Amino acid sequence: MRNVSDYILELKGITKIFPGVKALDNVHFQLKQGEIHALMGENGAGKSTFIKVITGVHRPEAGEIFLNGEKVEFKTPKDAQNHSIAAIYQHGTTYQFLSVTENIFIGHEKMTKFNTIDWKQMHKDAAELLKRLGSDIDPHTNMGNLTVAEQQIVEIAKAISTNAKIIIMDEPTAALSKRECEELYRITEQLRDEGCSIIFISHRFEDMYRLASRVTVFRDSQYIGTWDVDGISNDVLISKMVGREISQIYPKQQVKRGKEIFKVEGLSKTGYYKDVSFSVHEGEILAMTGLVGAGRTEVCQGIMGIERPDSGKVILNGAALQIHHPSDAMKAGIGYLPEDRQKQGLILDWGLGQNVTLSTLEKFTHGSIINRREERQRSKVLLEKVKTKALSVYDKASSLSGGNQQKVIVAKVLSSDIKVVILDEPTKGVDVGAKAQIYEIMSELAAQGYGVIMISSEMPEVIGMADTILVMKEGRVSRIFEGDEVKGITQEKILEAAMDM
Amino acid sequence: MNKVKKMFSANIRELSLVIVMIAIAVFVQYRSGGNFLTVENISDMLAETAVLAICAVGMMFVIVTGGIDLSIGAIMALGAMAGCTVLKNNQSMPIIAVIGIAMAVGFVCGIFNGVLVSKLKILPIIATLGTMNIYRGITYLVANGSWIKQQEMGAKFLSLATGKVLGINNLIIIAVIVYIIAGFFMTKTRTGRKIYAVGNSEESARVSGIKTDNTLIMVYTLLGVIAGLAGTLYVCKYGVAQGETCTGYEMNVIAACVLGGVSINGGTGRVPGVLLGAILLGILNNAMPLIHVSSFWQEAIRGLIILLSIIANSLIQRNVEMKALRRRNI
Amino acid sequence: MAVKEIVRQAVSADGTRTIAAQRDFSWKRFILQWEWMLVLMLVIVNIFNISASPNYANAKNILNASRDFLDKAIVVFPMAFVLMLGEIDISVASIMALSATVMGIVYQAGCSMAVAIAAALLTGVICGFINGILLVKFPELSSMIVTLATQIIFRGIASIILETKSVGGFPAWFTQVAAGKFGGMIPYVLVFAVLEALFFAYLLHCTKFGRRCYAMGNSVTVAKYSGVKTDRIKVIVYTMTGLFSALAAVYLASKMSSVRPDVAKGYELDIIAMAVLGGVSTSGGKGRILGASLAILVIGYLRYGLGLINASSQIIMIVVGALLIIAVAIPSFRTSIGNANWFKKLKAMGQKK
Repeated sequence: MRNVSDYILELKGITKIFPGVKALDNVHFQLKQGEIHALMGENGAGKSTFIKVITGVHRPEAGEIFLNGEKVEFKTPKDAQNHSIAAIYQHGTTYQFLSVTENIFIGHEKMTKFNTIDWKQMHKDAAELLKRLGSDIDPHTNMGNLTVAEQQIVEIAKAISTNAKIIIMDEPTAALSKRECEELYRITEQLRDEGCSIIFISHRFEDMYRLASRVTVFRDSQYIGTWDVDGISNDVLISKMVGREISQIYPKQQVKRGKEIFKVEGLSKTGYYKDVSFSVHEGEILAMTGLVGAGRTEVCQGIMGIERPDSGKVILNGAALQIHHPSDAMKAGIGYLPEDRQKQGLILDWGLGQNVTLSTLEKFTHGSIINRREERQRSKVLLEKVKTKALSVYDKASSLSGGNQQKVIVAKVLSSDIKVVILDEPTKGVDVGAKAQIYEIMSELAAQGYGVIMISSEMPEVIGMADTILVMKEGRVSRIFEGDEVKGITQEKILEAAMDM
Repeated sequence: MNKVKKMFSANIRELSLVIVMIAIAVFVQYRSGGNFLTVENISDMLAETAVLAICAVGMMFVIVTGGIDLSIGAIMALGAMAGCTVLKNNQSMPIIAVIGIAMAVGFVCGIFNGVLVSKLKILPIIATLGTMNIYRGITYLVANGSWIKQQEMGAKFLSLATGKVLGINNLIIIAVIVYIIAGFFMTKTRTGRKIYAVGNSEESARVSGIKTDNTLIMVYTLLGVIAGLAGTLYVCKYGVAQGETCTGYEMNVIAACVLGGVSINGGTGRVPGVLLGAILLGILNNAMPLIHVSSFWQEAIRGLIILLSIIANSLIQRNVEMKALRRRNI
Repeated sequence: MAVKEIVRQAVSADGTRTIAAQRDFSWKRFILQWEWMLVLMLVIVNIFNISASPNYANAKNILNASRDFLDKAIVVFPMAFVLMLGEIDISVASIMALSATVMGIVYQAGCSMAVAIAAALLTGVICGFINGILLVKFPELSSMIVTLATQIIFRGIASIILETKSVGGFPAWFTQVAAGKFGGMIPYVLVFAVLEALFFAYLLHCTKFGRRCYAMGNSVTVAKYSGVKTDRIKVIVYTMTGLFSALAAVYLASKMSSVRPDVAKGYELDIIAMAVLGGVSTSGGKGRILGASLAILVIGYLRYGLGLINASSQIIMIVVGALLIIAVAIPSFRTSIGNANWFKKLKAMGQKK
């Protein structure tokens, strides 16, 4: 016999069906009063859908929700809000053109006694809330001017302002730097100590160990199990999430470093980066790391001609390149896997095949007519090689999980004749299984004599994969670790170079 | 000092409009031999601009949600035509009833637009392109090929546009009232803020529990009602109602909003800005004949000024951003 | 080749996965094409026309009727490209007016008709190019606003040039172009429009250029990151639209045998309506030339038929407006019913039985 009210929130047998897909299949979940509960699973396991069921955005086809042992039904997001549930979504649900104050209080504005909006009071309360969270964001600024981390703090302030007792955080650390993560941990723990119960979704084991007392795993839309964090090992947890054992996460091959193939000299762009120089050799994996906003992505976009730099040289195989446009860089032999796969990498409405061939159409074009048969055949081969989980080249890109979408983009990058490849956060938001495959491909590319540049914020990945580590700080190259330095490198050393000490 | 600076940068858009206006006013005053900045001329000009200004504020609601309404000219015509047709056969009718009929017609037209956009998820530009044809067609049917002239409207009705209270033209007073209400609505009420929320991100608004469909229907309906009012004032001012009334007016209204800093992508736009945008267009209309610009040139000059001002605005914006980047001191 | 090599090694660890490069013919997909809806509409319109006037049903008549709406049709195809990019061009009718005006004054100044036509086409190209360049140099401005402004400017220039005058007295052969027919049956302009449709269909569906346009309509960012020269394509598409607007203006001048600065007023909305009815999405990335062609015929013959029964132009406006809304609403109506809870329950009940 157990007392139902042990749990502040309990979900039983939740099933949610989207046209053609069972997004949640008979899923259970129990949240204790005052705990931080980690929810883990690969991309596409159904976590985000599950959150939206709790917050009333989606209505499940079957299943029951209990709050403090009492059965409830959420028809709209408003219902869930009224029951003190708040969520901080993965893809920020912020209003970029509105002020911080307004973002916090939207939907439950403070009113004067004449029933008009009390801006003065709201600004004051907003400042107080932010201060309570240890932040000095000006409530008058526009949301769009804040960093991702600051926006998240505002979202948390918003959750508190609704007097939420249950707070759900959907991958809040995905886009944060190490230091910002620490800040978030502190706030999360503060919330718990103030009596909130928190569901924390993340891909990072670090987050889970640092914060959570219990962990629940979903896989393929199903509930796998719940464990105490202390009572489960890393390996077991991974196998629960992936459904199989993963032997080697960083399959780095030992490659002999070849001649210098790619070089950047004095690349500068006002306000973004200054005087960036480095070089890459054949068979070398160069990791660019640093805090978010240090200018890593901007440098690579400069190299590719997406946002052209003000000055500096890009040299490939000893010849300086004139890059005015990404197509120039691609023709020269530089491939780029962008950071945001949904906004920059894929046309979600298109089939996989056409996505793969978009940047290399001229290869299948005879007298300006596209040979579609040849195009499909070529994309089929490439997609199979990167082991995309799909039925046909006609499958829409939007129908794939994050990890598989990333593989499609890898196939797209590989479809060009490249010598140097830039991978911008290739494993961000990608599940464990797909991650390992992407590392394998990266390692193979290096073994074949390509120059590989990887931008990454994840220290284990940087340490596990890189031959050379370039650390950026505030738009400049802060330090380059080479050769033997890399062998004995520690996270602390990299962070030291990345931060003001 | 810092506060003043902050205020300047927060209102740079409105300030630059005011500067442009002053520049034009000084130039025209000089060229017209002092005929521009007279109480009489300014009062005339504002009365001329009142209708456009009223429409622009309604259009602003719609554009802030990320939509657009091409049917506003047709709704104005239909509302006014309906009101005047009743008036023609019933001269003793109070003015307020005529306006009421026009606004009711606008209400129905607006709701229809709103439902098409929100419930049937038709792109606003297409939905209102279709309804523009429909409402315009109905207007012709109601008009039945004939004009409703001044005599048929009666002196009492026409006095609405010519009459004055405290020496100020009625049209100006109505416009001022509309702007006060609109300004209050957009900044001081929850419903007004929801319009911005929907325009910033419909998805976010939905997730945070705002009934986005209702908000969309509301803004189109509001625009319809405002168009009904404006249409009546328009025919009252020009003394004739016909099938063609206000054809192409939607472009003027949209231009006023754009000049006033309403982003066509939604999410931003302020009531004072829209007022300034409408007045700037009004100044151009009024000033060009004063300095003897041939009427054939006026159209092209107006277009050029719209184009130049949006380009100037984006150049200012770029400059601001560039300065911010320089300050980063990397 | 090296790439294939690499990746195979990386993958062969736990077996290969096959992905189909072909797909089977699906009746469902075949039937669920918007074009069938347009064919159906066209059939209904023609049945209506035949019942309205027994004289309608002869080939000569039907072919001849096309001359009425082909001036707009000439611009529909390039407009489909503009919409495909997710942009819009409101200035087409003003470009028509300005090109026609330029043609008129060049001819009036004593140049030959051929030179006048060339001047008109050049005007169209320049206007379109200006639109394109403005949009590329100021990507933060929406095309709706920019072409709204140029719309006013272009027509304004036309009225500066001609004031309220009209220019006529073109040579006889020129006015014959609009009236002329091959074998006394097929109007020249119809042949031109068909060739134009074929050209645009080829451009959109078979070439790199067309594929890149589709890509840009879906996402300019993805297209740019994939090495598509988005700026260049945008300028080309707008310039092309300017050129074909000028061609339409030449035809219009020939049909009316005179030019005035207020010709083609309001055409832009009709042209956009035809493209949209044809299934071209104004948010970009979707649409086919076949659909646009069918939509031209549907609207064109509907107007003609309503004219046959002496329906007033007011009724025609209402019908066309309603048709546009219904046509666009149908697909979304289907999904909104499909998502409705009562429909799902009904479906579930049906499946249980």
